Amino acid sequence: MIAKTLQGSLTFSTIEPGSGLASALARPAADALGRIDASGLRGRGGAGFSTSLKWELAAKSPGDRKYVVCNADEGEPGTFKDRVILSEFADLVFEGMTIGALVIGAQRGIVYLRAEYTYLRAHLEAVLQRRREQNLLGKSVCGREGFDFDIEIRMGAGAYVCGEETALIESLEGQRGEPRNRPPFPIDTGYLGNPTIVNNVETFAWVVCILAKGSKWFKSIGTEKSTGQKLFSISGDCRRPGVYEFPMGITVTQLLKEVGGEGAKAVQVGGAAGQCVPAAHFDRTIAYEDIPTGGSIIIFGPQRDMLQVAENFLEFFADESCGQCTPCREGAPKLLEGVKMLQHGRCSMHYLQELCSLGASMQLAAKCGLGQTAPNAMLSIVDHFRDEILGRTDAI
Amino acid sequence: MLVTERERLRDDLVNMADRFGRDRSALMPILQELKRVHYHISEYSMQVIADLLDIHPVEVYSVVSFYSFLDEKPQGQFVIRLCRTITCEMRGKEHVARQLVNDLGIQFGQTTPDGKFSLGWANCLGMCDQGPALLVNDSIYTQVTPEKVHGILEECRQTFGVHALAGKERAT
Repeated sequence: MIAKTLQGSLTFSTIEPGSGLASALARPAADALGRIDASGLRGRGGAGFSTSLKWELAAKSPGDRKYVVCNADEGEPGTFKDRVILSEFADLVFEGMTIGALVIGAQRGIVYLRAEYTYLRAHLEAVLQRRREQNLLGKSVCGREGFDFDIEIRMGAGAYVCGEETALIESLEGQRGEPRNRPPFPIDTGYLGNPTIVNNVETFAWVVCILAKGSKWFKSIGTEKSTGQKLFSISGDCRRPGVYEFPMGITVTQLLKEVGGEGAKAVQVGGAAGQCVPAAHFDRTIAYEDIPTGGSIIIFGPQRDMLQVAENFLEFFADESCGQCTPCREGAPKLLEGVKMLQHGRCSMHYLQELCSLGASMQLAAKCGLGQTAPNAMLSIVDHFRDEILGRTDAI
Repeated sequence: MLVTERERLRDDLVNMADRFGRDRSALMPILQELKRVHYHISEYSMQVIADLLDIHPVEVYSVVSFYSFLDEKPQGQFVIRLCRTITCEMRGKEHVARQLVNDLGIQFGQTTPDGKFSLGWANCLGMCDQGPALLVNDSIYTQVTPEKVHGILEECRQTFGVHALAGKERAT
């Protein structure tokens, strides 16, 4: 078995299976949507789009065939909460997808599981089969006439960019995982041109909790703009790494104390696409309006070389760029080359400023989230650790 | 009558197309199944798939070349992918990498001459709290140390057929 990752108790383990779906079926579908809206739930994959608005738009979108897609392409470096949710709470995820189908009027659901998690597939298929036998999937779900919904699992093939919703849809359609221009958005032009909602694994599980425990409960936690609890994947230099549940709006200092990471020099919030927060800013909060994250927290102790961190992230982006748009395809290797110059102590301030300006251009001009966020980690490291990265003499 | 390897491959692909469908969205499942069974997505098989799905073979090739888990080069029976992303790096993936190279006698990106092992990198495997991590086909190994590398390879060598390892979680 994989070592136990869960730290502390999660709300997910207190939810009675089926209670969310039962509550959604008891009243009209619009009522469930209203309750999700009242909770203020925003996408747990990191982008933070309002879940209820996405579902409402898909529900209103004309079309006989609609799809519910669960984004289980958890590729962001430092994130592993979806792996834990799928291993321990798969029923909640499938129940959340079923509620989504009820709300938007979908007949088919697809879980897009990343190839690296193939070992989870047998378990997920078994859970789906049991749900079919319990009439929680299939024809007339829970005895509701006309509500037919089933879920299939489709595998990714090792491409980080497929975590972007339009690239994911391209991949499902048998294409290269290259992001599309948006608009049109998947809510009207998604899988095979049909209205589709694409949500993160964790978002579906929270929908069930909200319907089971009430939107007031969810809204009472967190900040005004970032409500509720959130799962965090904690790794790096700390005593107790693993998956934790914290309220949104927690400060970096509080979080470090919980996981035994005091004394850290910097924390990478949001994975490779996120930002590097230096110790001086540890009083900032983790929330959509301050430092957003899909849950990835990587802690760097005092001994870590921040240039090595920047190098690793840029190697990642240079490798994972789909190559479709120029700012990302050419920009990431150029920034990586710049980091190597810094490592050799051969980068002038003028050239460093040029690199930062290239990074800013990528943030503006790249086609999708991958390219727009690729320079973030390096730019924040250059911002906060100038003394450490400039004028190196210990050439490697 | 003698059935050539190509005929058998073709029959396999037709069966897969019957199973997964003959529209474009069946392309990925067919390629994944082909790779799982034959360890190789050859030019010939890409042409057959293109015919079955009624698309241009370049379309098939473009998909094969895009995804890192699909590969037009023949792959070993056991594909080892070591995570190279930040936390595994902080936990010493370099030493595991060196030992893999030493024990297998090949570099990253290569396959052993006997066709048993392929060695490569992976980006974040989602085991950041228990790195360094590596995948052997679909099985995950966590907290790998250079010393444990030998045992993992021996386990593969003693396994008859790739399926004995498929789909199982393993700790080291």
